[in-house]
Amino acid sequence: MKSIAEIEEEIVDDFSLFDTWDEKYEYIIDMGKKLKPLEDEHKKEENKIKGCQSTVWMVSELKDGKVFYRAESDAVIVKGLVSMLIRVLSGHAPKEIIDAKLEFIDKIGMKQHLAQTRSNGLLSMVKQMKLDATVYQAKQE
Amino acid sequence: MTETLEHTAFDVQAIRQHFPVLNRVVKGKPLVYFDNAATTQKPQVVIDALADYYKNYNANIHRGIHSLAEEATAAYEATRDTVQQFINAQHREEIIFTRGVTESINLVAYTWARTNLKSGDEIIISGMEHHSNIVPWQLIGEMTGAILKVIPVNDNGELIMEEFYQLLSEKVKLVSVVHASNSLGTINPVKEIIDAAHKVGAVVMIDGAQSTVHLDIDVQELDCDFFAISSHKVYGPTGIGVLYGKRALLEAMPPFMGGGEMIKDVSFEKTTWNDLPYKFEAGTPNIADTVALKAALDFVSSIGKATIRQHEDALLKYATEQLQSIEGIRLIGTAKQKVSVASYVVEGVHPQDLGILLDNQGVAVRTGHHCTQPLMNRFGIPGTTRASFAMYNTKEEIDVMIAGLHKAIKLLR
Ligand SMILES: Cc1ncc(COP(=O)(O)O)c(C=O)c1O
Repeated sequence: MKSIAEIEEEIVDDFSLFDTWDEKYEYIIDMGKKLKPLEDEHKKEENKIKGCQSTVWMVSELKDGKVFYRAESDAVIVKGLVSMLIRVLSGHAPKEIIDAKLEFIDKIGMKQHLAQTRSNGLLSMVKQMKLDATVYQAKQE
Repeated sequence: MTETLEHTAFDVQAIRQHFPVLNRVVKGKPLVYFDNAATTQKPQVVIDALADYYKNYNANIHRGIHSLAEEATAAYEATRDTVQQFINAQHREEIIFTRGVTESINLVAYTWARTNLKSGDEIIISGMEHHSNIVPWQLIGEMTGAILKVIPVNDNGELIMEEFYQLLSEKVKLVSVVHASNSLGTINPVKEIIDAAHKVGAVVMIDGAQSTVHLDIDVQELDCDFFAISSHKVYGPTGIGVLYGKRALLEAMPPFMGGGEMIKDVSFEKTTWNDLPYKFEAGTPNIADTVALKAALDFVSSIGKATIRQHEDALLKYATEQLQSIEGIRLIGTAKQKVSVASYVVEGVHPQDLGILLDNQGVAVRTGHHCTQPLMNRFGIPGTTRASFAMYNTKEEIDVMIAGLHKAIKLLR
């Protein structure tokens, strides 16, 4: 099992192949389209992470000491970014998730999507993922 | 002959030279700035006026006897005169400086409305208001018991005037509507609304956030009671705006905020208010930005709103045609009378995705609900992509947006 840092490194390597922003976004959109849709039953108010413009729904569960996330968004680029976050964080121990620095987002040039603007829910998404991990961590202790 | 003269009178490339930010490169592409309804870019004369103030005569106004204070006061008050002329107000003391439209509306809400409205009174707004012209009235409604009524909007994004007349009655004490919609571009028949509202004795406030930059504003001809302006949407600095109010109304209103500048005499027993306009300008005002606002208004006047409008209308017409040629696109806001705002949705594509990919092409558009959520609900959409044009925009820039749209839609679908 790879560590969070190792998966982050993989993504940074993938992105180093791209010369242009167009290529980066094409890749992210592609991942967004491939993200397994969340069943409608999960798309309810309490699973919503609301940004100003797009909505993300996320659910998580703890299995054998590891946290697993699934999520979806109504906007494709956000979905692509969400899919990367899941790839990085899902399947790891709560402690690892809480400590994750997630520097890859900056390294691949997508930091603007984490910016404290009203227009996106990605920052709230990261916060929610860490919050869920914190709750599981507390339950385990 | 005159035609060619008029044509050459507006040289957009020459206009662009006045706006340094237009030389920006974004994501490796030349900036195409189509977010003018949110805020316009600033010409060099405005930037210079700001720097000049701080470099040469920064001082607190109205108080000092020294030369700098006198110069600063003169410059600050000169802007008041320019604003007065810009909107043809009868008296200079009818021009109150605020932070912008939001503060201007709140000022009227917390002074005039709070003291004049009572339970059962009605306030009419429209279905296309910015949150700034909804929320203050809701707050006042909670305080006074006044009830909010809304003029509905038709499918083209126009006010349904028959419904407005249905809502009008002696119970209506205030009508507050937007002159031009920031989300749709619709120009509302405010003159008709003002006259009808006055017949039932209501006071009328006009949100001029979007109209002031495009349309000729004559508050005496309109006969509105209050008119709100944001400097930053008229090529001026942020953080400064105007409330125009009829003198008799302003005189009768209690102050908004207490502090320095707005008083005549202060004792612990009784304080008396200063005269207009100072009664409403408590504390040290935003002197630098007020001074620079004059430069912005002079700049607009020197080119002429009619000339600018002709250019912007041509851009809107061209953009509308080009957008309509894209499959699956739906224009939101197809009123007969519009300022240069083109709002649209693309079938199966989230506006946020479009916004990100257009930014990737250097094109700055606005996506989302534009602070008009009730209006978006009316159209059954979460938001739109909005391109809004200013004097410095060009047809070529619209071509860049259209090409960017084709590319984005292909990727996203
Ligand atoms: C129609 C309308 N009203 C009010 C406002 C609020 O203006 P400001 O944010 O400058 O106070 C805006 C600008 O966003 C607007 O477009």
